[in-house]
Parts: sequence; C-alpha cells; structure tokens
Amino acid sequence: MTITCNGESVRIAARTIAALLQQRLGAAQPDGVAVAVNGEVVPRSVWSAPLLCDGDVVDVVTAVQGG
Amino acid sequence: MPDHPVTALSIAGVELPSRLLLGTGGLPRVSLVGPVLAAAEPALVTVSMRRASSLADGSLLSVLREAEVRLLPNTAGCLSAREAVLTAELAREALGTDWVKLEVIGDEASLLPDVVELLDAAEQLVRGGFIVLPYTTDDPVIARRLVDAGCAAVMPLGSPIGSGLGVLNPYAIAAVRAAVEVPVVLDAGVGTASDAALAMELGCDAVLAATAVTRADDPVTMARALRLGVEAGRLAHTAGRIPRSEVARASSPMTGRVS
Repeated sequence: MTITCNGESVRIAARTIAALLQQRLGAAQPDGVAVAVNGEVVPRSVWSAPLLCDGDVVDVVTAVQGG
Repeated sequence: MPDHPVTALSIAGVELPSRLLLGTGGLPRVSLVGPVLAAAEPALVTVSMRRASSLADGSLLSVLREAEVRLLPNTAGCLSAREAVLTAELAREALGTDWVKLEVIGDEASLLPDVVELLDAAEQLVRGGFIVLPYTTDDPVIARRLVDAGCAAVMPLGSPIGSGLGVLNPYAIAAVRAAVEVPVVLDAGVGTASDAALAMELGCDAVLAATAVTRADDPVTMARALRLGVEAGRLAHTAGRIPRSEVARASSPMTGRVS
C-alpha cells in the first residue's frame, strides 16, 4: 500500500498511524506530534487502529521554533 | 481608578506571569532557548507547527517543558482560514493546549494579515473551543469584529513582521486599545526595548517579540532589555504622563529670583 506522508510517497505494510510513525520517526507514540489524514486531525487515541487506506495523504507535524 | 502597576495580565481568565510574550523563531541554536527564557520571563512562548522529518526537533519541546512555560502555538505561514484551522487543530493535538496565536497571511512579501480569512478562521476556532489570539492589522474596526467573534485578545501589528520598525502608527494602536475590552498585545515590528515601552505607554496590555530577541547580536541581553522595556512602559502608562505642550513650562519657581 502506498500513501503520501509529508509530501513523499511512502510504502507501508501496516495500516496504522503508529506503524507509520515507527517507520518514519522511530517511535510509535512520539511526544509533541500530531497527525492529519486527508486534512482531518486523527487523535492519538486511534493511532493503533488500522485506518490508513491506499492513496491517503498524511501529514505528521511537530513544534518547531517560531514567532 | 487606574490599574495598579503590578496588576497581572489575564487572558481568557488565566493570570499570566508577565506582560512579555516571546517568539522562539530565528534563534540560531536551541541551546539559547533556556537562557533567553530565563532573561525574558515570558507570559507565553510561541512555537510553529511544521512537518516532522525526525524527532531531533523535539528537543525544543523538551527545553520549553523543562522551563514550565505556557505554550502558544501559532499558525504562521497559513494563507487561508482552512489551513489555519487545521494547523490549530494539529497544535492542540500535539501540544495539549487550546490556545492559538492565529495568523492568516495575505501576502508573502508584506506578511500582512488577510483579515477576511482571519475573521473566518477565528469564528471557526472559537466555535471549536479554542482560545484565539489573532495577529491582526492596527485597525480598530477589525479588532472589534474579532472580539465580537469571541477572540480572547487582539494582537495588532506595530509594523511588518521581522521589520524592527517599531510602532509606525501609534494613533492606530491607541485606537485599537480604546475599541476593545479584551487585552491588546502589540505583535510584530518590535526592534528594541524602546519600541516595547512605547507600545505599553500607548496602553497595550502586553508585547510579543520574536525577531527583536532572536536575531539580536546578544539575544539573552536583548530578552532582558525587552522585559524591562515592557515593565517601564507599563509603569509609565499607569503613572499617567504629563500632557504635551507646545510652549515651555518652567519647573523652577519664577518668584524670589536674584536680580
């Protein structure tokens, strides 16, 4: 299955956000991170649910220095 | 009865520890964040939400959490209400705060707010339970519309973001202050301590500074200077300045002079 994560095409084996985050960031439940799928925030409480579908557009964000 | 000088700033019913809000954008090293926070003693500290490529960025968050500062995520860089609302929702999920510094930029050259999109985003976020602090123009009419929409404060610009030009239109800032009942936070344009002091003398309740500190030659010392500038301006505003006069008024008695 292929999704778009932060603008890059990514092949994933599992359909959970937790697995995606483990693959991309090396942690399944990283602190200070939020995820949107197709423009909707997905709460941390369902990161272990198999909700990702082929072609989904996923954004993974965190806090950076900013004014 | 004017406010007592030591009256604390309160936004949305939350009493804050100072009247200086601090942006972290532009600091050359994360290791400077801690010393700058210690010097500034900020009421709120802004951060931006960006795509995470690694968790190295997380070290900023650990420094901020260690300092036990209240975070104010911003929606910097958003060009539409839709983008700003999604960014605010992501910030709430990531950081566990429903406070947001709402920015919707209309023009990437001037970085001036798009007030039509801003008002739309503010209405949506207030409905969603957010405490909304909008970065806006120095226009009292727009400020009142934002407050009518439920914003907890308004943050008019002194001059364009990062310009360091200070308060270009003090009359407009005073007019914003007079137009609304919520706290007014001078945002954008502060270049040095006297700019912050002037904003406070005009009646602003707080000042937000980012670039003035982070791109100063010595950010830690400038952070302290801004804290003192804010405090001096607040005290001067509370004390009540003398009226301006076009003619001299002697302060020494004219009677009893040696002739």
